[in-house]
Amino acid sequence: MKKAVITVLGNDKVGIIAKVCTFLSDANVNILDISQTIVGGYFDMIMVVDITDMTKNFDDVSDGLAVLGDELGLKIRIQHTEIFDAVHRI
Amino acid sequence: MIARNEILETNQMIDDANLDVRTITMGISLLDCADSDIDKFNENVYNKITTYAKDLVKVGDELAKEYGVPVVNKRISVTPIAIAAAGCKTDSYVSIAQTLDRAAKAVGVNFIGGFSALVQKGYTESDRKLIASIPEAMAVTDFVCSSVNIGTSRNGINMDAVKEMGEIIHKTAEGTKDKECIGCAKLVVFCNAVEDNPFMAGAFHGVGEADCAINVGVSGPGVVKKALEQVRGADFETLCETVKKTAFKITRVGQMIAREASKRLGVPFGIIDLSLAPTPAVGDSIAEIFQEMGLAEPGAPGTTAALALLNDNVKKGGVMASSYVGGLSGAFIPVSEDHGMIEAAAKGALTLEKLEAMTCVCSVGLDMIAIPGDTPATTISGIIADEAAIGMVNNKTTAVRIIPVIGRGVGESVEFGGLLGYAPIMAVNKYSCEDFIARGGRIPAPIHSFKN
Repeated sequence: MKKAVITVLGNDKVGIIAKVCTFLSDANVNILDISQTIVGGYFDMIMVVDITDMTKNFDDVSDGLAVLGDELGLKIRIQHTEIFDAVHRI
Repeated sequence: MIARNEILETNQMIDDANLDVRTITMGISLLDCADSDIDKFNENVYNKITTYAKDLVKVGDELAKEYGVPVVNKRISVTPIAIAAAGCKTDSYVSIAQTLDRAAKAVGVNFIGGFSALVQKGYTESDRKLIASIPEAMAVTDFVCSSVNIGTSRNGINMDAVKEMGEIIHKTAEGTKDKECIGCAKLVVFCNAVEDNPFMAGAFHGVGEADCAINVGVSGPGVVKKALEQVRGADFETLCETVKKTAFKITRVGQMIAREASKRLGVPFGIIDLSLAPTPAVGDSIAEIFQEMGLAEPGAPGTTAALALLNDNVKKGGVMASSYVGGLSGAFIPVSEDHGMIEAAAKGALTLEKLEAMTCVCSVGLDMIAIPGDTPATTISGIIADEAAIGMVNNKTTAVRIIPVIGRGVGESVEFGGLLGYAPIMAVNKYSCEDFIARGGRIPAPIHSFKN
């Protein structure tokens, strides 16, 4: 399984999860885990997703999420999980 | 499973502390391009570079996107041209520099290193041609970097070459005086040059290397600085442990990118260069690390000790994070590329003499230092000789990348732009070393070189 991490940071508003999930569903990305916190109106979400059967290429998904983030006033980013393993796991 | 705080910490390192992979450098051997006809040689060189490196920039950009970490530079190093072109029947190697420049532009890299000669013990005819071609080559190309190795711990110092390089640096400055003497920013004089260094301007692909290799230079002075903010006032044990752990994390990112780049390009992984390389941006500075350690300015008493512990702990942390460590590995202290160093030099806190002391314990040497344009060539040779002596005796790489800024003096500055930054012109000791440099010949190898 090829996994990626999506991080969403910014001010909370209605429909953030819905819009991100719809976008991912359109690209056939399966969500494995979601963790979300809101502190003082600041929205912070981390998703772990399975991109094995993703129907769009990584570049397009990455750019698409960034554009969606701009529309919602959020910073959305997708990264392969290996970078986190590299930094924090031996 | 990755923890939430680990994800956030990694992304903070990238977003707030300028963590990046500084360079992916593809080393390419040009030994099989040899031909007695210079035009044929140039054609072979161009074809080999543009074939091998055609996907280098694309792969670098892809990796940056997929892992979310910037890969700032994509570069190429080649076999020292004085070796690769030795068989060419020609008087000048300028056309080869132009070919390298054309190839670099065709594949989209921002520097190509290896317009180089290794003359630590003596010159070949080819070495002489290459060195004589440097001033013009630096003037007519944009991306070509040149280096000359004039000494090693094993061989001593070639003082004839030291003398000549003082003159060549002057001529190179003259040749590019309408462009802020930028030619000298692309020219390094080494003692103990390394064959797998991915950083410019001193990168070349040594003759002991494979046909092609991927070498990666990591960076992250900002990450170290941010980590040290958390242990303000703590003792040296804590300070060193923090640098070490941070260097480990930074290097792991480099190792991952290097492995993946090597796989995608189908080229063997060479080494990771564990370096803290600053940029002129705020928050990406070695000087800020010194300040965080407790020095008011770089150059204050204690700076050499601070640099020594920084350099040592970067290596200790980084070595375990990578399977192959090489290159220059340590903390770079280029003046013009570090805003904190620039400020310290401008206010007189940091002098050339203190920088020389610091080069005993940093990763390389006197780097990106602007001096008055009327500095005699013999004085530049004296500076090179001092720096080479430090390298020779201490078994470390030292280098001089110094820019005599034609028509300007102390109190003025020079602006190179981009990663090369800007620099205040620093004062040089006025007393002459002309008779010393004029002696010629070689300084024999030091006693501790006899290890067999």
